[in-house]
Amino acid sequence: MVDAVSSLTHFKQPLLKTPFHERARELSQVDSFIPWAGYTTVDVFTTADQEYFAIRNATTLFDLTPMVKYRITGVDAESYLNRLVTRDIGKLKQDRVMYCVWCNDAGHIIDDGTVFRLGRQEFRLCTAQRQIDWLLESAVGFDVELSEVTEQIAALAVQGPTSCATLKAFGLQGIELIKPFETRHFTVEGMNIMASRTGFTGDLGYELWMDPQHAEQIWDRLMQAGNSRGIRAIGSQALNIARIEAGFLSPNVDFVSSEHTIRLGRDRSPLELGLSWLVDFNKGHFNGRRALLQEQRRGLARQLVGLDIDGNKPAVNSLLYLDKAGNREIGSVTSAIWSPTCKRNIALAMVEAPYFRLGTSLWTEIYLNRELVWERRMVQARVVEKPFFAPARRRATPPADC
Amino acid sequence: MNGGTYDCIVIGAGHNGLVCAAYLARAGKSVLVLEAAGQVGGAAVTREFTPGFKVSACAHLLHLMPADIVSELNLAGHGLKLASRGLSTTALRESQSPFTLDAAGLSAVSIRDAAGFQAYTAQMRKFAAVLMSALDAPPPRLGTNELKDKLSLLRLGWKLRKLGRRDMRELLRIGGMNVYDLLEEHFETAELKGALGLDATLGTNYGPRTPGTVLSLLYRMACEGAAHNEITAAQGGMGAVCEALAASARAAGAHIRVNATVSRIVVESDRATGVVLAGDEHIRARTIISSADPKSTLLGLLGTRHLDTGFVRSVRHLRGKGLTAKLHLALKELPAFRGVSTQQLRGRLLIAPSLDHIERAYNHSKYGEYSSEPVLEISVPSIDDATLAPTGSHVLSAIVQYAPYDLKGGWDAARQKFLDIAVRRIETFAPGLSTSVLASELVTPVDIERDFKISGGHWHHAEFAFDQFFMVRPVPGAAQYATPLPGLFLCGAGSHPGGGVTGLPGRNAARRIIGMN
Ligand SMILES: Cc1cc2nc3c(=O)[nH]c(=O)nc-3n(C[C@H](O)[C@H](O)[C@H](O)COP(=O)(O)OP(=O)(O)OC[C@H]3O[C@@H](n4cnc5c(N)ncnc54)[C@H](O)[C@@H]3O)c2cc1C
Repeated sequence: MVDAVSSLTHFKQPLLKTPFHERARELSQVDSFIPWAGYTTVDVFTTADQEYFAIRNATTLFDLTPMVKYRITGVDAESYLNRLVTRDIGKLKQDRVMYCVWCNDAGHIIDDGTVFRLGRQEFRLCTAQRQIDWLLESAVGFDVELSEVTEQIAALAVQGPTSCATLKAFGLQGIELIKPFETRHFTVEGMNIMASRTGFTGDLGYELWMDPQHAEQIWDRLMQAGNSRGIRAIGSQALNIARIEAGFLSPNVDFVSSEHTIRLGRDRSPLELGLSWLVDFNKGHFNGRRALLQEQRRGLARQLVGLDIDGNKPAVNSLLYLDKAGNREIGSVTSAIWSPTCKRNIALAMVEAPYFRLGTSLWTEIYLNRELVWERRMVQARVVEKPFFAPARRRATPPADC
Repeated sequence: MNGGTYDCIVIGAGHNGLVCAAYLARAGKSVLVLEAAGQVGGAAVTREFTPGFKVSACAHLLHLMPADIVSELNLAGHGLKLASRGLSTTALRESQSPFTLDAAGLSAVSIRDAAGFQAYTAQMRKFAAVLMSALDAPPPRLGTNELKDKLSLLRLGWKLRKLGRRDMRELLRIGGMNVYDLLEEHFETAELKGALGLDATLGTNYGPRTPGTVLSLLYRMACEGAAHNEITAAQGGMGAVCEALAASARAAGAHIRVNATVSRIVVESDRATGVVLAGDEHIRARTIISSADPKSTLLGLLGTRHLDTGFVRSVRHLRGKGLTAKLHLALKELPAFRGVSTQQLRGRLLIAPSLDHIERAYNHSKYGEYSSEPVLEISVPSIDDATLAPTGSHVLSAIVQYAPYDLKGGWDAARQKFLDIAVRRIETFAPGLSTSVLASELVTPVDIERDFKISGGHWHHAEFAFDQFFMVRPVPGAAQYATPLPGLFLCGAGSHPGGGVTGLPGRNAARRIIGMN
């Protein structure tokens, strides 16, 4: 195993700047920056709504560089990842990507992320949070090399209905042919770019992976190529609205990594998060398998579900009740928004058994701050299917106008 | 190659593997024991270390095996003969006459200590008996709803309660203490404290000032109590104990194969279903029980890919680097220790002149050095056992501390030097000893690791320490003999209660397995 950490610098200064930082500075109108995994990143450029509508109607650029990236290589790379994550990496073909979660021994989620198969024995793991310790511990007994390459790769999400056309105009010939979760390598004016049809918006979209020294040039050319297609840089707030509509989970919002929880019972299993489709019990052993099988036999204590809530007031941080009087508490909301596209008041919520069944009706306790006076509303809600928004264009290959 | 199917395969024919196999076979299971070495015994084995001279290669004194195991397995009926019994312990002194640790011996040294020794021994034995109730059964699990877990906690609680308020308080007070402070409270004679302190540190990575040494002493005394507080030596050396255990297991129907090294444990559908031997022979069984140490078993024979990362981390962090070496001398004639009677010479002789002396000897090991003045437990088993040496000549068998596994510079360069130091140290009490030496051998932890396949070469397979004891021995998730992999169990010294030739881990594991189906 090589020294996996000595080349990192993110801890040396309070917040690093991504290679796109200067461009973001120029475009930022409200100077709203937030820290993300050791980098300073944009929360909002102009307004979250404006940026959100660009995701659903045009093309957006989102700086993904702080996404933690690990390079995993070696003869045992596949079996290593298979023991690490709950999906069957054996089924991940070259130049494809899988969304995965990984668990501790108790079957509780440490993190979610994507695994890219770059070669027979070469993978990239993208995660929201750093976890080199767990990854190294997991490497004991496997012939793999592991290194963090976050700082070596700049990444940009290009998402929205016109994203394919923008990328084609930018110079990615054939981009329209890559299917969801596929990757392909391109060269544009001597710059190597890997594109993957992945994203966090639930819309048509791609992610570009590049050498940091080409970052600004690529950004500029993209802005040019997308000029007539409504391209716009977006921050985390707009993305958050889109990801809730898409039913995607956000770490530390919808679940807390089991490496970080302190209180008993705050960890979440993939089954509880409604991710049982990611758990392959037939692929052989993986971390948490025995615990998850036991949980499956016992039955789930709670599950993360989608809620459709009456009215238009987002049920942020709401407690959930079985009855309007609020005598029987049965869960709480983890993410909530008014969905601008669905025109529905939606939420992701953790609900106790057996009330997480589709169609169950329950009550949300919503607090409204009306010019510093708090009002409490008990509002009816129903457990509904996720995702809330799943347009056909996210899967269409080739996408329209490409 | 297909080597058949059994109910149980026991990996390793050390004494615990054999005890486990014997109990399983007696319960009607078909049992196969696979031993890598050419003979049974593991670290309880007799070896010829130079032509004509045989010696117990690691463990040499038999005093920890509960009498009920000896009788249940009918070891006497299966050939176990004791060459000597009721062996005394004698503390050697630098410039004064040695004394034996009993009322008569001590009263010649200190009237106060003679009286105190009796009271101390009585009380410690009482405490040890309470501890024994926790040692001779699988430890309970916390946080389960199972009756047997609750009952075994209750049993322990009841034993504690029965001590009465004063003794209970005292046990709680001293339980986590170091033996240095405890002995300072009780005695004045340096060599008495040294002798008792040595008992607490033998086989461990401890000096007398290390917390947990009262526990290790009580552990030893608990097993001694179950063995009727009698130190014995087997006729033919420690290996004879295992020969008898093997005979007992065979009589109950177990098959034992030597020169059969298990290279890996076979896993099918998340269950241990067999083993593959070095020659590629595949043997199947419903239950695999390993008496090899936890690290070798789980990280080596099984492999991390069948285990969860957190569990692997705790196994990797198991402490188990040995510091105990064994010295064997072939002697032309009976050694003469200054002031030591023939009767005393038949028993244990201790060179541990004071607690500070042991602590100083220990200090070296913290920095990867061997002790410049080691402490020793010596026995001359050939006095009562003619099978060990040609007539007239003798073997000396000594446990030597401290000899750290991780010696700076490695043992190959240092083995002879440390051997000479140990011999010279003995010679200060037995003048002229070196001129009588025909051949010698120093078995270091590195040699123990190689010869007995004990990773780290540790006496207890895994350090005997509070954080690796009872409900968490060797690690949480494998503390009740069952490992996280269904069908795979542990039964060696690394499991509860620990090392020494006790047979307790082997019997407890067998009981657990029998109780499960
Ligand atoms: C220097 C020294 C002195 C000691 N003195 C005493 C003493 O005087 N009195 C006392 O009571 N205790 C003493 N002990 C402690 C005692 O020897 C051990 O605790 C005890 O022998 C351990 O027994 P066991 O059966 O658990 O393991 P072991 O004796 O280690 O047996 C394990 C067996 O498994 C076999 N094995 C391992 N891997 C494989 C494989 N892959 N395939 C097949 N077989 C395998 C090994 O060859 C070995 O035979 C001493 C220990 C040491 C190191």
